[in-house]
Amino acid sequence: MNTASDARLEALLLHAEIDAFNTDYAEKLDRQDLLAWVECFAEDGFYVVISRENFERNQPVGLIYCEGRGMIADRAFALLKTAMFGPRYLRHMISNLSVASQPDGSVQARANFMVIEVLTDRPEPRVLQVGEYRDVFVRVDRALKLKERRCIYDNLLIPTALCIPV
Amino acid sequence: MDLPNDLSRQYVWPGEDFTRIPDWVYTDQWVYEREVQRIFHGRTWNYVGLEAEIPNAGDFIRSNVGPTPVVVSRAEDGSIAVFENRCTHRAAEFCRELTGNVKAFVCPYHQWTYDLRGNLQAVPFRRGVQGQGGMGADFKLSEHNPRQLAVTTHRGVIFASYAHDMESLADYLGPDILREFEATFDGRTLVILGHYRHSLPGNWKLYHENLKDPYHATLLHTFLVTFGLLVAGNKSLMLADPSGRHGVMCSAKSDASKIAAEDKAEMRAFKEGMRLADPRMMDFVPEFDSPWSVTMATIWPNLIVQREMNTLGIRQLIPTGPNEFIMKWTMFGFEGDTEDMTRHRLRQGNLMGPAGFLGLEDNEAIKFVQDGMLRVPGGEHLVKLDPGTPFGTSETLISESAIRAMYRHWREAMAL
Repeated sequence: MNTASDARLEALLLHAEIDAFNTDYAEKLDRQDLLAWVECFAEDGFYVVISRENFERNQPVGLIYCEGRGMIADRAFALLKTAMFGPRYLRHMISNLSVASQPDGSVQARANFMVIEVLTDRPEPRVLQVGEYRDVFVRVDRALKLKERRCIYDNLLIPTALCIPV
Repeated sequence: MDLPNDLSRQYVWPGEDFTRIPDWVYTDQWVYEREVQRIFHGRTWNYVGLEAEIPNAGDFIRSNVGPTPVVVSRAEDGSIAVFENRCTHRAAEFCRELTGNVKAFVCPYHQWTYDLRGNLQAVPFRRGVQGQGGMGADFKLSEHNPRQLAVTTHRGVIFASYAHDMESLADYLGPDILREFEATFDGRTLVILGHYRHSLPGNWKLYHENLKDPYHATLLHTFLVTFGLLVAGNKSLMLADPSGRHGVMCSAKSDASKIAAEDKAEMRAFKEGMRLADPRMMDFVPEFDSPWSVTMATIWPNLIVQREMNTLGIRQLIPTGPNEFIMKWTMFGFEGDTEDMTRHRLRQGNLMGPAGFLGLEDNEAIKFVQDGMLRVPGGEHLVKLDPGTPFGTSETLISESAIRAMYRHWREAMAL
């Protein structure tokens, strides 16, 4: 095989690997296994859930704003051990992935997401959030980890509360 | 609006001591419409925005007074105007963008044009075409402005009123509430850090009550208690103004190791030695001239001012009916904040908002309350805590006297 087809193969493999990462990520959140979700991030991972309104105006406020895996772990701990919210089922849908390798070895990616929520006291599922991920992945011991995940949501209104991360 | 006889029997207040609140206060469409008329469109100062959102001439934001959409704009002379977002021609909501900068507002339907103060400036084909059609000779532009509201500002915060003979904001708030307002808005220029917006399936007054109910804070908000930020023994104050409509819930962060054993036993959540992996979020950087590390001001009828240590925000209540309201949050810092301070405010922001450790719990609790009333209707609420303080300011957290004071005011305003 020539170098060009090697590069194409590399790109396809990386795309498939990130797609599998996202599938796994969604599955952890659907199960509400937040301790497993924490492990998706690098030690210095940055995680923010930010409205498109704020993002486009360069206003930094996020619904969730975590600098580093410590804060991400605290979020998981607080939700599991201290937070009061009604029981719910969630489905995280992730699609339209695109991937771009960077010269420094990191990988930029983006994907669309939709989170559908079913409350046990309401009959209908509802769209909790819809938006896009802007990600930076790094390799830690060969495994892909999130160095950055910006969840930029389009909804103008959050219905009641965002209890489980996006 | 006089009550027909059958209605006056329907809206009966149970007892005269205000320790019980009937469900119809929260669920009834007629009561809600009366609130819009008598409270939001009545003799109140309503929060509509921050001056920092419209710094330049032509800047505008969409906002609301009660449920009513308004435009808040900065005119050429630097003054601020607030007017209804409804074309006087065919009622179209003419201002479409959340925010922007314009020379004039042009209704997209027939291009009726309003200046930055909301005055009707131009009507296309007003004289018709070739002498035919158009408006009659007696048509005056100045008689067709959208309703324009009275406006006042204080320390960068903008208020509007449908009443054009309102008392000053200082008189409206009273000295105690004004002092707390000025402790947060301390004269530094505000910098907007962003917004949250969410809907809540509950009555808008429940949000006021939640912040006039210090009892819930140590019981619902396990996070605060787990990490020793707020416990039943903390120095605290539930301040109410003499009218009962405004309030400020105040507390001072204290050392968790000094909590009495019997208080700990009452608070199931209290866990000694629990630590965050990244405790920076809970740091309090003193920056205010105030004995309180946390104040939550409820300013009647639509404003909450949050000073939760260093995370600062406005919450604007926008009722959409008796059973639902929208909350628009505007988080801010100050000019001169270092990058570290801004990031500290953002980290601490995890406490509040619709995904905040505390904020999401309040939202859920309010939903549960409204669900309870809608599904087991015709009941009443019990607000009897602290009978030694029938109304108003209380120095204990275990009190509902500020809620009773609010309803004493509400009944007067509503004539109910």
